Amino acid sequence: MPYYESVFIARQDVSTAQVEGLTETFTTVITEAGGSIPSCENWGLRTMAYKIKKNRKGHYVFLNIDAPAPALHEMERQMRINEDVLRYLTVRVNKLEEGPSVVMRNKDRDERPRRDRAPRRDFNDGVTSEVSDTKPTVHEFSEPIPNGGVLPVGDDA
Amino acid sequence: MSKPSFFRRRKSCPFAGPNAQIIDYKDTKLLSRFVSERGKIVPSRITAVSAKKQRELSLAIKRARYLALMPYVDSK
Repeated sequence: MPYYESVFIARQDVSTAQVEGLTETFTTVITEAGGSIPSCENWGLRTMAYKIKKNRKGHYVFLNIDAPAPALHEMERQMRINEDVLRYLTVRVNKLEEGPSVVMRNKDRDERPRRDRAPRRDFNDGVTSEVSDTKPTVHEFSEPIPNGGVLPVGDDA
Repeated sequence: MSKPSFFRRRKSCPFAGPNAQIIDYKDTKLLSRFVSERGKIVPSRITAVSAKKQRELSLAIKRARYLALMPYVDSK
């Protein structure tokens, strides 16, 4: 029997339990038609690159399928009918992927805190050097003058 | 070489060789390297991907776009 990979996206306001229910119904369709599902992955709620039917996010489910073509047709028909399924894609593959797919492998890497979100260390550095020296600068001292009250000449920039 | 200043080293296809990465529509991290900032597929004459692999790559990018894993248009 040919191998297929199938991904479907469920609506964002559907609960995780309902998503599991959905995958359950689709897997039973496959198994009743004489196929099998060697592995199934839940990618969870992901932000989509663009809105689909006013949904910003969606529950992604990935299925590895080993089944005859009519089983796939029946599953896709039911996916089209089901209003919780925003989109599906079934692709025929020569060989089923073993182990977790790229999405799952990248997932724990993405969930680590991002380095560029951390507070920047050098945030206030280099500000004083930007004073222009074209005209004499007016210094306002709201705090004790550090160098003994001698007004700096405007060439410190 | 008569025009030495215009000579450029021919890069090899990034998907050639025994331990090259497999083009997969789920691997958005890999695919995003072959897409412009706007989200357009970068021509193979720039990325040096072979014609066969470029066809494979463009199909993978289009599948990723359909599943909203990648944007059709990225307005930055």
